[in-house]
Amino acid sequence: MSLDGGWLRIGFIPLSDAAALLVAVDKGFTAEEGIDVELVREVSWSNVRDKLNIGLFDAAHLLAPVAIASSLGLGHVKVPIVAPFGLGVNGNAITVSPSLYAAISAAADGDILDPMVSARALARVVASRKARGEDPLTFGMTFPFSTHNYHLRFWMAAGGVDPDEDVRLVVLPPPYMVQSLGSRHVDGFCVGAPWNSVAVDLGIGVILHFVSEILARAAEKVLAVRASWAGENPDALRRLVRAHRRAAAFVEDVANRDEVAALLSAPNRIGVASDVIRRTLDGHMKVAPDGSTRASDRYIMIGRRSAARPDPAQAAWLYAQMVRWGQAPLSAELLATAKAVFRPDLYDNALEPEPGNPPGEPADGIGAFAGPAFDPNDIAGHLAAWPVRR
Amino acid sequence: MSTKTHSPLQIVIVDDSPIRAAILEGGLREAGYTNVLRIEATADLLARISAVDPDVILIDLENPSRDVLEQMFQVSRVVKRPIAMFVDQSDAASIQASVDAGVSAYIVDGLKKERIKSILDLCISRFNAFSRLQNELEQTKSALEDRKIIDRAKGILMKRKNLSEEQAYDLLRRTAMNENKKIAEIAQSVVTASEMFK
Repeated sequence: MSLDGGWLRIGFIPLSDAAALLVAVDKGFTAEEGIDVELVREVSWSNVRDKLNIGLFDAAHLLAPVAIASSLGLGHVKVPIVAPFGLGVNGNAITVSPSLYAAISAAADGDILDPMVSARALARVVASRKARGEDPLTFGMTFPFSTHNYHLRFWMAAGGVDPDEDVRLVVLPPPYMVQSLGSRHVDGFCVGAPWNSVAVDLGIGVILHFVSEILARAAEKVLAVRASWAGENPDALRRLVRAHRRAAAFVEDVANRDEVAALLSAPNRIGVASDVIRRTLDGHMKVAPDGSTRASDRYIMIGRRSAARPDPAQAAWLYAQMVRWGQAPLSAELLATAKAVFRPDLYDNALEPEPGNPPGEPADGIGAFAGPAFDPNDIAGHLAAWPVRR
Repeated sequence: MSTKTHSPLQIVIVDDSPIRAAILEGGLREAGYTNVLRIEATADLLARISAVDPDVILIDLENPSRDVLEQMFQVSRVVKRPIAMFVDQSDAASIQASVDAGVSAYIVDGLKKERIKSILDLCISRFNAFSRLQNELEQTKSALEDRKIIDRAKGILMKRKNLSEEQAYDLLRRTAMNENKKIAEIAQSVVTASEMFK
């Protein structure tokens, strides 16, 4: 077999949604496509972004909003990025300390599993803390341009909590997230798998919501390459996408779960116990230290229900959150640039084209628990629906 | 204006390697930057940085807390003065050099680029010097370990096969050559096998 697809260096962060990339390489799917891959495990999104931007990486497992921010030049150097493949839809969860969970439960006027009920209850908890002169609650998330930041904000703001005024949101690296909850530096956090489960297993956190309960479809990580690289290496890109599609299907096949979980748990991959990874891939989660569980067939999607096909509506939604929270100005040009980061054409180009989202998926492609349907061409309309914004 | 540009810069180093941080701090002090403070990356890093209110922050790239610093770009009440990453869009080589060396610099918005450039250059050279030192140390260490294991294997062969020291070494060397392996590797197999036969 000739390696005519070339030699690629690809960066990743140890998270469950790197599964398609890690399986593509470790199961030899990339090698069968003639691509030789060196995987580089990274410690921060800033490193992944910078190394991709300056060309030390050819491709990367990247937060979807970082790909957009980089293309728009927000917060950093402007380097156009494209995403030919979606590494995961959903997968995040909001975890709170047992004491905050108790406070929210006590303030709830309905089923706490309903995100609107929990968000309104949070608003009451926040108000009574303020009345008592207590410090505001602190929530951890992973990066300013992260889905975790936007998911937390979207949820709490729907209940009337202003994420900038009423609580503190702080960036914490995922491995520190759990210990920060234990040491009470934060009262809750939004993070990806497997860290919510790790907090629950340690008895210091309760999973309040799967983000799939807040947004039915939320693009999470993408396979990112520089737009210039995509232009210069169309053949390697096609091979890379093909290997990823094969890997995503392999991950989704329940018969392969034990093998996949074992592979991902290796110390040089995710480095977390394989049963914890298996639970997240199965979407069958222990949600509280008492052992109670909750299952969702939408918890994390690696390729099924067209999850791997980049959807520009998702890019538009993420851009809308950047505008809502004052990270980006609103303009038709920036919206168009953001949408163009997600490239279903490059995905379709690698194999036979896939139609759009299958039946049963939300009509607007997002399926938010609150507010009107999302129109990717009307960001101003989306923002007008929300009183809490910058 | 001139008094402001010449006020001493408050520099913060975030580095989990105390030795490297000390090397960097020493370099900065030699260059006349005396307001240098080392902060360890812990959960309340941002609050502690905010309390110091530095002009320049230097962080090693192996530090997961780099993402925490990115929050300082955002206008928020957590941060007094917005901080930007030191990047000169026109100077790709300097970004490359700093990433290669494994260090990154963040500066207060509005600080003159020329002022920070010399600090970053100093960081890069100290970080590179540190990795060279570390490599040398590791090579020395592994050479020492090799010698120890070869000595043990020689001892085993001398006793079991009734060889002289020279003959024992010669046997190790020839076997290594035949098997296309390092002498230390063959010595290790001899030691392991001998443990198993105990």
